[in-house]
Amino acid sequence: MHDLPQQLANGLILGALYGLVAIGYTMVYGIVQLINFAHGEIVMVGGFGALTAYLALPGGTTLWLALPLMLIAGILVSTLTAVAAERFAYRPLRSAPRLAPLITAIGLSILLQQLVFSFYPDAKKARVFPKIPGDPFSLGSITIQRSDVFLIIAAPLCMLALGWFVTRTRSGRAMQATSQDPDTAKLMGIDTDRIIVMAFAIGAAFAAVAAVAYGLRSGQVDFRMGFLLGLKAFTAAVLGGIGNIYGAMLGGVALGLAESLATGYIQHLPGMHLFGGGAWKDVWAFVLLILVLLVRPQGLLGERVADRA
Amino acid sequence: MRHRSAVVVSIAVIGALSLSACGSRGEKKSGDGGGNGGSATTVTIGVDAPLTGDLSALGLGIRNSVELAVKKANEQNEVPGVKFQIKALDDTAKPAPGQQNATQLVADNSVVGVVGPLNSSVAQSMQQIFNDANLVEISPANTGVALSQGEKWASGEKKRPFKSYFRTATTDAVQGPFAAQFLVKDAKKTKVFLIDDQKTYGAGLAATFKGEFTKQGGTIVGEEHVNPDDRDFAAIVTKVKSSGAEAVYYGGEYPAAGPLSLQLKEAGVAIPLMGGDGIQSGDFIKLNPKSQGDYATAVGLPVEQLPTAAKFISDYKAAGYKDAYETYGGYSYDSAWAIIEALKNVVTANNGKLPGSPRAAVVDAVQKVSFDGVTGKVSFDEFGDTTNKQLTVYTVKDGKWAVEKSGTFSG
Repeated sequence: MHDLPQQLANGLILGALYGLVAIGYTMVYGIVQLINFAHGEIVMVGGFGALTAYLALPGGTTLWLALPLMLIAGILVSTLTAVAAERFAYRPLRSAPRLAPLITAIGLSILLQQLVFSFYPDAKKARVFPKIPGDPFSLGSITIQRSDVFLIIAAPLCMLALGWFVTRTRSGRAMQATSQDPDTAKLMGIDTDRIIVMAFAIGAAFAAVAAVAYGLRSGQVDFRMGFLLGLKAFTAAVLGGIGNIYGAMLGGVALGLAESLATGYIQHLPGMHLFGGGAWKDVWAFVLLILVLLVRPQGLLGERVADRA
Repeated sequence: MRHRSAVVVSIAVIGALSLSACGSRGEKKSGDGGGNGGSATTVTIGVDAPLTGDLSALGLGIRNSVELAVKKANEQNEVPGVKFQIKALDDTAKPAPGQQNATQLVADNSVVGVVGPLNSSVAQSMQQIFNDANLVEISPANTGVALSQGEKWASGEKKRPFKSYFRTATTDAVQGPFAAQFLVKDAKKTKVFLIDDQKTYGAGLAATFKGEFTKQGGTIVGEEHVNPDDRDFAAIVTKVKSSGAEAVYYGGEYPAAGPLSLQLKEAGVAIPLMGGDGIQSGDFIKLNPKSQGDYATAVGLPVEQLPTAAKFISDYKAAGYKDAYETYGGYSYDSAWAIIEALKNVVTANNGKLPGSPRAAVVDAVQKVSFDGVTGKVSFDEFGDTTNKQLTVYTVKDGKWAVEKSGTFSG
């Protein structure tokens, strides 16, 4: 157990990554009640956008200069993709039965994967993503990798900015109103279409930040990276209470911790030596989800919504 | 209107499905007699490998090398009256598409043999189909022992499950232990953390490694399993760090091994990662800028060092392929050549004519082939395994796999 602080740090960092992606699921769901299953692919295209920017820069550019440019490029690509998806794939289906946009989202996810796979040069294999050079930092018994510093700084900043935006700006309040009651919000003069596009765009921007963090951590991006990440982030969003932005982050962190602690310790519990370690971490993450949903069906921070009978 | 188009679509789908079903019954229509009046009959050598996706670097090397062998055979008129062509299918390194490809190749009556697949897990899904059709399959890369020696090989009960399955690659029964001996005797590492990706290849390799390593007096200080699609190994890296391991042995392939090794070094765990031929790819180094000092075993001797291979390498260069021949190029060439050689013997035995349905005869002929190939002597033992038990340990030096030690395994 002496490496517990390190495993907690691992879990928190991984959780922050899940949380950033989960925000996109939660915002879109909060406003249009759509599970955007293509969100993982929005992360993926953001990663490729950032990679493109990096490759376009002259060799030898320091990462301090390259990183902001990569972020901007990633955010641009992700946001444009998400806004286009909303405009052409989801908006025409807004009044259709619930299942139609869900199936569309799954189709879109496959489409985006195949587009990158087919048209991005050499994307048939994983593409190398730059690393932040240098040795890891040590804080007592905890080692923090260089690449994780980006995430440790970016995730709280993003959350603070989002909290400020939702509570303190006109658009943010309009967003809250739309999520509570789209029809009334429309009658009050809120342009709900614009709000919906905004929700997609903000989620996509967060997705791009997550993509850069993922790329820096694993040193690669590939066309399938969004699938598993998207699934985990969706789980995190549900765990935290779908529709609640703080819940998304909390759910992400809970999931990240569950994974790293399950990898680290479950097999040392008496009688559990067969059910621990990396092979079982996803199982335990979902066990956690089920346990939480049994006790709180609305998720950790979700609000109990009365069924519209 | 909408109804009508739906009807048309469903009829088209049903039609397509039934057509493919007909094709998959593998009826043996008699091929065209061949060899009559000097007009050449064209036969096909099938290739099944991952041509896209993570492992495509290896897969494309396999395809190109088979194509090269076929080209050479045609140029030299190796089998009089027979022209060869290839039919390369993409299995994306997954069992299900591999199974469909096997069905497709069996259905094509011009196919006399298949080279592939790359992955042991894919081979598992194909063997039965090829065996039922008496179609020879030679893998240049499968190392899973059970494929040729049956599920109970570890307990000494060796039984060959499919007589149409052969391989030019050595098995994990040799590769894992060879790595274990190297780590203990040459690298002087007695504490190893063992990780595998739970696939047929990775888990088998880790198991055979473990047996020999403990026999050599080494200690396994920890064991872990990852999912092949994982790219985040922080929690496992932490366990490795606190276990006091002197090296990590990884059973699996480079798409996960690259980031795993990278994250180990990034977290300040400066120990080498060693794996099998699944990580011995240029991409492992590309995905992992801190791979310096990592080890990998690979079957056979490095192609670059074999005098027999010089011609293969220069021919490959001359052919101008975009992708390198990678780890299995030489073995793929030899696999294809074994099929060509076998067919030649079949034709010779049949008074210089290609028999109507040569498949069964080719299987028997492959069992008996013996020639000097790119990778050394090519012949198969009673299990269909290669008789060539040479292996090489490579290490990453200055961004390249450099030969550390070659040898013949004696278990």
